[in-house]
Amino acid sequence: MEDSDKILDELTTTEYKYGFVSDIEQDILAKGLNEDVVRFISAKKNEPEWLLEWRLKAYRHWLTMVEPTWENVHYPKIDYQSYHYYASPKVKPQLASMDEVDPEIRKTFDKLGISLVEQMRLAGVAVDAVLDSVSVVTTFKDKLRELGIIFCSMSEAVKEHPELVKKYMGSVVPSTDNYFAALNTAVFSDGSFVYVPKGVRCPMELSTYFRINAANTGQFERTLIVADEGSYVSYLEGCTAPMRDENQLHAAVVELVAHDNSEIKYSTVQNWYPGDKDGKGGIFNFVTKRGICSGVNSKISWTQVETGSAITWKYPSVILKGDNSIGEFYSVAVTNNMQQADTGTKMIHIGKNTKSRIVSKGISAGSSQNSYRGLVRINKKATNAQNFSQCDSLLMTDHCGAHTFPYIEVNNTSAKVEHEATTSKIGEDILFYCNQRGIGNEEAVNLIVNGYCKEVFNQLPMEFAVEAQKLLAISLEGSVG
Amino acid sequence: MLEIRNLKASVEGKEILKGINLKVNAGEIHAIMGPNGSGKSTLASVLAGKQDYTVTDGEILFEGKNLLDMKIEERAHEGIFLAFQYPVEIPGVSTVNFLKTAVNETRKAKGLAPIEAKDFLATMREKMKLVEMDSKLTSRALNEGFSGGEKKRNEVFQMAMLEPKLAILDETDSGLDIDALRIVAHGVNTLRNKNNAFIVITHYQRLLDYIVPDFVHVLSDGKIVKSGTKDLAFELEEKGYDWVKEETINS
Ligand SMILES: Nc1ncnc2c1ncn2[C@@H]1O[C@H](COP(=O)(O)OP(=O)(O)OP(=O)(O)O)[C@@H](O)[C@H]1O
Ligand SMILES: [Mg+2]
Repeated sequence: MEDSDKILDELTTTEYKYGFVSDIEQDILAKGLNEDVVRFISAKKNEPEWLLEWRLKAYRHWLTMVEPTWENVHYPKIDYQSYHYYASPKVKPQLASMDEVDPEIRKTFDKLGISLVEQMRLAGVAVDAVLDSVSVVTTFKDKLRELGIIFCSMSEAVKEHPELVKKYMGSVVPSTDNYFAALNTAVFSDGSFVYVPKGVRCPMELSTYFRINAANTGQFERTLIVADEGSYVSYLEGCTAPMRDENQLHAAVVELVAHDNSEIKYSTVQNWYPGDKDGKGGIFNFVTKRGICSGVNSKISWTQVETGSAITWKYPSVILKGDNSIGEFYSVAVTNNMQQADTGTKMIHIGKNTKSRIVSKGISAGSSQNSYRGLVRINKKATNAQNFSQCDSLLMTDHCGAHTFPYIEVNNTSAKVEHEATTSKIGEDILFYCNQRGIGNEEAVNLIVNGYCKEVFNQLPMEFAVEAQKLLAISLEGSVG
Repeated sequence: MLEIRNLKASVEGKEILKGINLKVNAGEIHAIMGPNGSGKSTLASVLAGKQDYTVTDGEILFEGKNLLDMKIEERAHEGIFLAFQYPVEIPGVSTVNFLKTAVNETRKAKGLAPIEAKDFLATMREKMKLVEMDSKLTSRALNEGFSGGEKKRNEVFQMAMLEPKLAILDETDSGLDIDALRIVAHGVNTLRNKNNAFIVITHYQRLLDYIVPDFVHVLSDGKIVKSGTKDLAFELEEKGYDWVKEETINS
């Protein structure tokens, strides 16, 4: 098939992965952070006064805070004055065709099986000529609008739906919550906003792929998802393609609010640049993700596949406030070479009959360090709360590290809390056995890792799960033998 | 099919195999017996290509090709199968999935497309019946929590699925109850044909009642000290290994 045919074919047969954006203005603010910078960002976005005040309050508070050091990661001290805090959206050089794209990147795209259209978008090839992306996005948006679902950028939401933003933003992660959340609040660039009205089941996976200007929301992303009573939404963040970014520091905030009888599923694939084999470069990823099951019978489920970043600091959590609410955390965290990850979750049981489930699969290769850190807290009034945690570590080499830090606080005797943990190693004997059956090392590792992560992959939307599997294979390529 | 010439192998500087000579033709079954620690499993591992062992001398030809030049998985693709004395457990990977990968990797090496799901399932069903393998076992993680006997049976099941040219069974009979032993032997006898061969490592003459070998070899201290027919196994059972050892010293 000709390339152009192929593109058309993909356009008509696949449901999403469109949305090429080229409308980009270029603003770069000088390095450094101070109140004027915060004011500048707010002014650039024509924000209302209350939002500026909120940012400033966060900034002033941030100044009084110290960077956390309790996590099990090590990195040189960050000089916060050495960054640009308004440098987005950035213009990627426009390339005339796929031939101009770095062959290494193309190879990865091919291995991931990313569609040609998507490859072009990611690599920054001009596809406007062959692709009427606008109409696709418009159709999509029309459909959502019909149902009353709001899905737009945070900046747009501030303008179009200020009452919703004002009501919910910061309600789950307060501006002063932690060092990185405070920083994000002060300088957040953009992000996504989702509101699903009462009784509406969002008929499609909401993916940032769909959203115009989503690709470069920058290093201080802010996302807010609100599911009103009896609604359902599944949201996909990130993408499996290698994401290179010159911005070393990323500090995102994600807030989820689930009202009575509603459900939010939030899936992430994180594949930011991990740095080279010797640990040079790579993204520092300090994320605050938290959801609140504020209503009865509500449910929040986090699923993450983390393979990128030099440093990952991330604990998607659920506050189980409503009676009978359910919180879930499914995670695969892969570290290779010199990567360090400290990730896990917090399940805070407040309501009665609340349930939480934690399934964490850490995979360490190379000289990397992989830590699971999780808190399960059962408050005094949370009668009949239940938690089940499964934290597994898989080691690929002798010189990598896997650590587990489970914290359990039970203040109600009716609680049922179970914690299971295993550590296994893909040892020589297992590889020999696989090899003897005709399965080479790479394939053996894939087989074992996919088996090991199955429970988490099962939580992902089908198409995403397939990509995530391939992504793992690539991340672990050459890690044994 | 297989020709081992003056094979010497050592591990951590210690010589274990001290000059093995063995010729196996298609259609034959060879039994290898010998005292604990004499090097039987080591020979099997060296044939399969385990890296812990250094081959210091000699050569192994498999269908005219130099086996020692091949990677472990390449040897498997050529049709060498080892039923392990101590099968490993692979958490999270079902036997079905494992075998499908094994079959497809071998097909890939031969330039064939992956097997059709329905063909694979049909073969599975047939071979499971052959070794009376419970489908509850094949859907569980490979060997995880299997009993000793179940693991051994799973090895024979895998052998049946992969249809190797040369299968080496390392003490597949130990740990099997009488019924399982009969089933395993039935499996081997059914798979046996004029194009394949078996090397059966065992301590017990009993197995050889079911799987009748063409040759019996006695391995002692890294060497084949005696070869004979099935009768040799009876003699061993009666007289013990000291008898062969003495005989070698005297000769
Ligand atoms: N990896 C190893 N490191 C050190 N010594 C080894 C290793 N593998 C085998 N050996 C030694 O080599 C010798 C032969 O072992 P092998 O397992 O081949 O014996 P075997 O004939 O199969 O015995 P058994 O009948 O008990 O199964 C033994 O002394 C054993 O301790
Ligand atoms: Mg042995």
